[in-house]
Amino acid sequence: MVAFIGLFRRDLRLALRHGSDTGIVLGFFVLAIVLFPLGVGPEPAILQRIGAGVVWVAALLAALLSLDRLFQTDHQDGGLEILALSSLPLELAVLAKCAAHWVATGLPLALTSPFLALLFDLDSGAIAVLTLSLLLGTPALSLIGSVAAALTLGARRQGALLSLIVLPLYIPPLVFGAGAVEANAAGAGGRAHLLILAALSLAALPLCPWASAAALRQALE
Amino acid sequence: MTAGGTIGATEPGADLAAVDLACRRGERLVFAGLSFRLAAGGALVLRGANGSGKTSLLRLLAGLIAPAAGRLTWGETPIDDDLAGHRARLHYVGHQDGVKPGLTPRETLVFWAALRGCGIRCRASMLDAALAAFALEPVADWPCRWLSAGQRRRLALARLSVMPAPLWLLDEPFTALDHDNQDRLERAIAGHRAAGGRVVLATHLPIEIGTAVGIELDAFAPRHSTAAGV
Repeated sequence: MVAFIGLFRRDLRLALRHGSDTGIVLGFFVLAIVLFPLGVGPEPAILQRIGAGVVWVAALLAALLSLDRLFQTDHQDGGLEILALSSLPLELAVLAKCAAHWVATGLPLALTSPFLALLFDLDSGAIAVLTLSLLLGTPALSLIGSVAAALTLGARRQGALLSLIVLPLYIPPLVFGAGAVEANAAGAGGRAHLLILAALSLAALPLCPWASAAALRQALE
Repeated sequence: MTAGGTIGATEPGADLAAVDLACRRGERLVFAGLSFRLAAGGALVLRGANGSGKTSLLRLLAGLIAPAAGRLTWGETPIDDDLAGHRARLHYVGHQDGVKPGLTPRETLVFWAALRGCGIRCRASMLDAALAAFALEPVADWPCRWLSAGQRRRLALARLSVMPAPLWLLDEPFTALDHDNQDRLERAIAGHRAAGGRVVLATHLPIEIGTAVGIELDAFAPRHSTAAGV
């Protein structure tokens, strides 16, 4: 437990000190979303229609930007060997790193989304559902992303390969995340979608660290 | 020197032993037929040309890679049977220092101690001792990006002192160290061995480690570098 908290705190501290990691993710998220109303034009009906989907797609792409850093620096500077030889099982080490990654990227994305949703003239109910869907879904993005980051470790064009592996895996959170807002707008309530989103994150919680740890062991060989 | 403690001495019968060890990296058989026994207080110095398998042997001893053939035991137990237990009793300091530019040496050591399950209470005194062992006090609160290569190396070596472990695996530990610090490391190794600890180290330098057993890895290189069926 001491080791788990120690790793979580170190990764978070590093993310805060190199503010650029979180800054780039957030900056990309904001800019990508702002571009849409400019490109599509000031038609409230269209913007309301596409708002949730745009915010979710931007969140996926922004999360993708930060993934290659998840294990790369540890892999390059020998920190991964120290982790593998620590008292912490590698699966839990991955979980601690994912948790820190989520706090440094997923959480800020979810918390800025209500302000960006205003650009699309979403009503307060839709904004609440959108924010909740991001809060529930972004842990899955970090966890699923860790598998792809571990698998592509040491690959020559890691970033490009990473996006090819991870984007298809991001389809379920995208469908149910954007779907929650749509269902809410249609009067059906987003509850079912949000529950499925939470289930995705919960299922990823044990499965993804396990898969990532296996890939990391391969990278250490 | 506090490193090593009495942990090694509490397991008098537990020798690290290798029997007929072989190592394969990719298609290439690096070495084969390597046997040795390392008792408490013993030291093993690995020498050999580049690519003769010094790093591979150290990683193998650390349990990071599996041998292609042969057995590796601690006492009577093969280390594969208790990998977690084996990892807990060793320190591996590789080529790379694992030092993050954004953290200070003190924070780095606190993190490394935490990875070994050492909480806040047991830290302060151990930390100071570890920093002192490699004369890192003056730079303890600088960001590591300001440190020189030798200072980073010393920080990596301070990991040996911050949490005691009976087996030290050191890959070229003298690289980048100046003369004083080479002496410090030699003293640390001597202190560790005096307390019953074991050391395996790879080096090119003509360093004298008292009563150490030397292994010339070139002698274990297979005739045909792509020998199959091992």
